[in-house]
Amino acid sequence: MIRWLVGLIGWSLAATSALAAEPAMIGVGYLGIAGTRSTLSLVEQPAENDGVAGARLAIEDNNTTGKFTGQRFALEERRIREGEDVVQAATALAEKNGFIIADLPADALLKVADALRNRGTLLFNAGAIDERLREVDCRANVIHTAPTRAMLADALGQYLVWKQWKRWLLVVGSHDEDKLFADALRRTATRFGAKIVQEKTFEDRGGARRTDSGVTLIQRQMPVFTQGAPAYDVLVAADESEVFGAYLPYRTWDPRPVAGSAGLVPRSWDASQDQWGAIQMQNRFIKLNARRMTALDMQAWTAVRMIGEATSRTNSGDVKKVADFIKGPDFSVAAFKGTRLTLRDWNLQLRQPILLVDGRMVVSVSPQEGFLHQVSELDTLGYDRPESKCKLK
Amino acid sequence: MLRIWRVGLLSGLALAAAPAQAFVAYVSNEKSNTVSVIDTDSWTVTKTIKVGQRPRGIEFTRDGKFVMVAVGDDDTIQVIDAKTQAVVDSLPSGPDPELFAQDAAGKILYVANENDNTVTVIDLEKRARLGDIQVGVEPEGMTISPDGKILINTSETTNMAHFIDTASRQIVANVLVDARPRFAEFKHDASEVWVSSEIGGTVSVIDPQKHEVIGKVTFEIPGLRKEAIQPVGIGMTRDDKTAFVALGPANRVAIVDVATRKVTKYLLVGQRVWHMAFTPDEKYLLTTNGVSNDVSVIDVAAQKVIKTIQVGELPWGITIAP
Repeated sequence: MIRWLVGLIGWSLAATSALAAEPAMIGVGYLGIAGTRSTLSLVEQPAENDGVAGARLAIEDNNTTGKFTGQRFALEERRIREGEDVVQAATALAEKNGFIIADLPADALLKVADALRNRGTLLFNAGAIDERLREVDCRANVIHTAPTRAMLADALGQYLVWKQWKRWLLVVGSHDEDKLFADALRRTATRFGAKIVQEKTFEDRGGARRTDSGVTLIQRQMPVFTQGAPAYDVLVAADESEVFGAYLPYRTWDPRPVAGSAGLVPRSWDASQDQWGAIQMQNRFIKLNARRMTALDMQAWTAVRMIGEATSRTNSGDVKKVADFIKGPDFSVAAFKGTRLTLRDWNLQLRQPILLVDGRMVVSVSPQEGFLHQVSELDTLGYDRPESKCKLK
Repeated sequence: MLRIWRVGLLSGLALAAAPAQAFVAYVSNEKSNTVSVIDTDSWTVTKTIKVGQRPRGIEFTRDGKFVMVAVGDDDTIQVIDAKTQAVVDSLPSGPDPELFAQDAAGKILYVANENDNTVTVIDLEKRARLGDIQVGVEPEGMTISPDGKILINTSETTNMAHFIDTASRQIVANVLVDARPRFAEFKHDASEVWVSSEIGGTVSVIDPQKHEVIGKVTFEIPGLRKEAIQPVGIGMTRDDKTAFVALGPANRVAIVDVATRKVTKYLLVGQRVWHMAFTPDEKYLLTTNGVSNDVSVIDVAAQKVIKTIQVGELPWGITIAP
């Protein structure tokens, strides 16, 4: 609180006097849901500070730059507990923060975006990969650093097609988000000339993810489940709910690789990514947070860095100015992916290469060679301008 | 030398391509953990020296007796004796040294330490660390003004060129440039500093008196997407008339007319061209090509690539004996 008062005093000084020596304070909020979800693999279990840890690192990076530009960044974190009103929490957070990084489900994000619209708060969607947030439900005050399901599916599909693994056995979970990912994978197959030879549904019948002798059972279950499929090159799993995906590799009836939600996975970032100067970033992250960096951490880092990039270029902490610059044609941000990242101006989605990772290494990075585009090859990933249903308002 | 002359004459080679004086080039191979030694007479690798992990920045000492190579993953700078071509010493750099610059007298070394946002100052004679200067996030490019008074450091994530007074070791100015500034080079007459931005895809021209960007060199290669053009290394001829800019994954070196800041020609070299060095007579310019694991030799006057030399894996930096 005291820090905030100091911040506010600094801010008003900077606002009233151009000669103010105090740095301009720029408040960034982080809004997420309390608690973590359970994953099949213990090593993939997200940390409590998944996401916000990336934002914190970017705040430090911005403040190092801020020493030279007279800007000071502060992060305020807010986690929603069950039964709490997300709009109320967001409104309170927006009191002091002109920018909010959100890791929220689609519906909650839309409620927040609409509630904060007249206030002028700029939201960054770092967590939700839902297509509709960039399509029919797009909003002019929401910038997306998280990739979409279609971008992830296309990134994977381009590689599988390049590899000539064109016959896919698609296994889909029984939850809504699994079905959405399967929709994206079907679209990808059609776009890039792959064939889904068969679809199977893996019904979630409940049950614990941690058991004492689970391995024996899984080893018997999975071969039988994948038995009798028509000839295929690769099994593609759509299991965002973490019910069965990680059980598939090495256990399929036919000896085939697994991709999608397990095996070869498309992600915006991975702890193993060390190209294009990323090793420095990974080292900084580990030093600050005592753990490795996840995709969600990176999506939040990128959002806060976008703010820092825009405030240093515009020499301003004014939300409107910063938002206009980020949405404008001159904006780009470097994020250790070998190319500059820019915004799709029709729906405010960040263009980005997608990594294909196997849990230990980066296997490849999409877009793949030969997938061409007249504007940016990054636009071969996901819905392109002519297909977009977004009307920004 | 004489014999080479004779061979040249006997074999009836065109005299216009008179053999140049032989020089020695040292190339750091980032992935192999080696340094390749190239003889510029025969254009062959005469020796491969094992060094520490991840060798990148590489430079001869002013007296030409030693070669310093930053081995980032070993957190040090190794010293190679040019006579014996073996590692003989190491310097106390900070963590993860990448590029460095030395003063005109060759007494003080300034090292960019990517991991902790500092520039480390080292006394070369005493092999002692004199201090650190706090700069922006991921310091990389380093160069010193011809009069030795100003050190320029670029920081890759802060996107600035920091102007540091070498006497007080204080930052005197910060100039914002395009994304991921990689390399800085002074004009020999000190009137301009050129800073390459890898991700921004431009070279910013800075007035070192006013500390302002006064112009930008932009690049456009038909048939190549904009994102593939990533300027890194810069070399400028001694008469300050022509600059060469390595364009990374564009696999080309741009030749730039310094006065107009316009590209006059693109030379196709190896893949992911990174850094470069002139032979002291400025007849040749050698570039390191990371992905194709080779070095391209450019005939400076003819503006042509005349040779490709295979070196180790991921060649990064290059220095030529004075």
